[in-house]
Amino acid sequence: MVLKTKERQQLAGQEKKADDIVFPFDSDEHRPLDTKKDDAPVIMEISNIDKAYSGDKKVLNDIAFDIRQGEVLSIIGPSGAGKSTLLRVINRMIEPSRGSITFQGEDTLSMKGRKLRSMRTDIGMIFQHYNLVDRSSVFENVLHGLLGYKNSLQGIFSLYTEAEKQRAVEIITELGISEQLYKRCDELSGGQKQRVGIARALIQDPKIILCDEPIASLDPNASRTIMEYLRRISRERGITIVVNLHQLDAAKQYSDRIIGLNGGRIVYNGNPDDIDPDTISRIYGSKLDELIVE
Amino acid sequence: MEHAIEKDGKGRIKISRLNGGQQKFRLLMIGTAIFTVIGFFLLDYSGLQLWPAITGTLGNLKMMFLEPQLNQVGFGSAMYQVLVTLSLAFLSTILGAVISIFLAFGAAVNLSRPWISRSIKGFITVIRAVPTVLWVLIFAIAAGLGAVAAVIGMLFHSVAYLVKAYSEAFEEIDEGKIEALRATGSSYAHILFQVVVPQTKSFLIAWTFLRFEINFGVAVAMGAAAGAGGIGYELFMSSSFYYDMNEVGMITYMILIVAVILELAANKLKNAA
Amino acid sequence: MDKMNIQHAGDVNIIRKKHMKLFFAGLVIIALVFGAGAVTNYNHIEGVMSIPAAFQWLFANMLFSGSTLSNLPNVLRLLWETILISIVSTTTAAVFAGIFAIMGSKLTAVNPVLMYAAKLTASVSRNIPVVAWALILVISFGTNAATGFLALFFATFGFLVRAFIETIDEASKDTVEALRATGATYPQVIAKAVIPEAMPQMFSWMLFMIETNIRSATLVGLLTGTGIGYLFDLYYKQLNYEMVSLITLAIVIAVLIIEWMSNLIRREIL
Repeated sequence: MVLKTKERQQLAGQEKKADDIVFPFDSDEHRPLDTKKDDAPVIMEISNIDKAYSGDKKVLNDIAFDIRQGEVLSIIGPSGAGKSTLLRVINRMIEPSRGSITFQGEDTLSMKGRKLRSMRTDIGMIFQHYNLVDRSSVFENVLHGLLGYKNSLQGIFSLYTEAEKQRAVEIITELGISEQLYKRCDELSGGQKQRVGIARALIQDPKIILCDEPIASLDPNASRTIMEYLRRISRERGITIVVNLHQLDAAKQYSDRIIGLNGGRIVYNGNPDDIDPDTISRIYGSKLDELIVE
Repeated sequence: MEHAIEKDGKGRIKISRLNGGQQKFRLLMIGTAIFTVIGFFLLDYSGLQLWPAITGTLGNLKMMFLEPQLNQVGFGSAMYQVLVTLSLAFLSTILGAVISIFLAFGAAVNLSRPWISRSIKGFITVIRAVPTVLWVLIFAIAAGLGAVAAVIGMLFHSVAYLVKAYSEAFEEIDEGKIEALRATGSSYAHILFQVVVPQTKSFLIAWTFLRFEINFGVAVAMGAAAGAGGIGYELFMSSSFYYDMNEVGMITYMILIVAVILELAANKLKNAA
Repeated sequence: MDKMNIQHAGDVNIIRKKHMKLFFAGLVIIALVFGAGAVTNYNHIEGVMSIPAAFQWLFANMLFSGSTLSNLPNVLRLLWETILISIVSTTTAAVFAGIFAIMGSKLTAVNPVLMYAAKLTASVSRNIPVVAWALILVISFGTNAATGFLALFFATFGFLVRAFIETIDEASKDTVEALRATGATYPQVIAKAVIPEAMPQMFSWMLFMIETNIRSATLVGLLTGTGIGYLFDLYYKQLNYEMVSLITLAIVIAVLIIEWMSNLIRREIL
């Protein structure tokens, strides 16, 4: 136990160093002024979504909300509230039991095969545990984001065009990890791994990026870097970011809109600035103490 | 950051750089594949007529699995022989477990001294290198063919297996808990039986049962190959002496059912641990 | 004060209950040991006595005479054949096991029917003991290498499918999810996530089975009259114990060398 803590401190130390060097923007603690996203077009409509795994216990219960183009939308709530399931219903990694989802004017729940895969290329995803192929290089992992555009043989034999590779290098450079281009992913720090995850999502040229607890395994400094990148992506490229967070402060600081989930139901949907202690206790319920401890 | 990009001979951008480990692994895979192909030609197939052998085996398998029937032994006595095999497996497992738990205390690096741990592990490696059937036959010289040779012979591999499993479970124990008890002045035996064993109990049980499952298969083999009796001996007699495929089939089914039940139980215990 | 006493009494009760449970478990195990002893005619004293006797015998026969040592080339030839059969049967089984494991893992299954079919095939093939395979196959294939190869193949195949399924589930769960989310096709997911992530661990399982199979091959050889097992049986029945010791020693050295080599390989690839 003692040893593990020491190790963790050491790791955190390394991460800090790496991230200080490549941190690319002026760190602005204030949220940008252009937070008004209410007039942006709706790109996804989610209505009446239920999800029950077995028996009657519903993980998601009558979920309905819109996703607007270019916004940063946080989904918050206690663990077990259904955040992770909701995110995976959006790109149909999990099938909902009931409801409908319209994405760019099309019903996604009836999609199959090639159509479904093509829908997924429009939706990038990053994960808490990064979900990279540890033994492959950073470059290869980023190019995995193009698999949805390739046929099986092209994908298996890594037949990427020079232009595609060039674009991957550009994205990798933009995220400040070009030094790591040929490194195996298991040689990277957590913050660097998550940036590879972001690059893999970006190369898909997506309309939406889903982020499942992207900073839950990172130290505060790396977390800040990742959240800054996500916000910048939404501002500069107009990509919608839907992010599951359990840190309320990060959600308030970085998002344009917050959805609060409790027991599979939406209990809040609105502006981050309007969240008051009453709302917080409604979202986190009796688990508020747990939140404070964390 | 263009300098970071590497290109291959044709001026295309490389997407990965093989490191030493990957290169070795690739060579290893190719080497293994080549060795396998060559190995096929080096084997001695003298006397083999492939086509009759295949059709003959398929015919035998059909008789076994579609027309199973006991002829030389009654059902009751066959069941009793299964019980004998289970008993052999049980005895060698439980005796092995008792011996192993003490050896594992010595083998676990966090509970022992390095030289003790190393010598126990070395001893076990050598013990394990001798096939079980040879152990049984060697003990049969001293004790005669039968249950004693079988149980003691099977015991050796059981001990080798269990000491490794137990000591690895012990090594997972939180160092802090042992330290805390040491600080209170607890005796070594007290630490072992009040902390180490209770903490790892479910693992110990799961591994022991897993070995019991393995030992059932071994006991069948010893019955067939080393005169240890039980259902393995019946299997040997009906196939090599009576050439009675229907009976071989029935006995195989009986063994299969017991083995599957044991495997399911072992899995359940393992997942619970 | 009362409350404390009650609580204390409760603790004592729990401890007493625990002790009772342990006591009964011990009693049941002891009863089973004696029951099993009675069923098999196992004598514990004889058992303990046989251990020093066997080792004394083993070492006494290790002072090899010249005539014994002149048989060494023959021993080595059959030992080599046994090692060859073990390796070839394991690698071949590993290829088939890889395919079945991909079909049988929940993560990569094509459809549920194939998944259960793959698992069932593997379960049957591993739970029929290797001796049964050997005895069945020797009838038609006769006393040659093909019998040993096939017997080891079936047993290894069943075991490796189980091990490979566990490896796939453990090693590539996260990456399979990530690649599916990018819209990758099934073959792409297998080639880019499952194979790179699970391959080294699978290779390690294969090495483990090669080690195991050298010992199993001795057993199979003994039953089917091939390889080093046959030679052991031959001299054992002739009561030529010097040869028996020599063969045992040769097998031990071979197994130790193979274990040492596979540990070296493991260190490189894992």
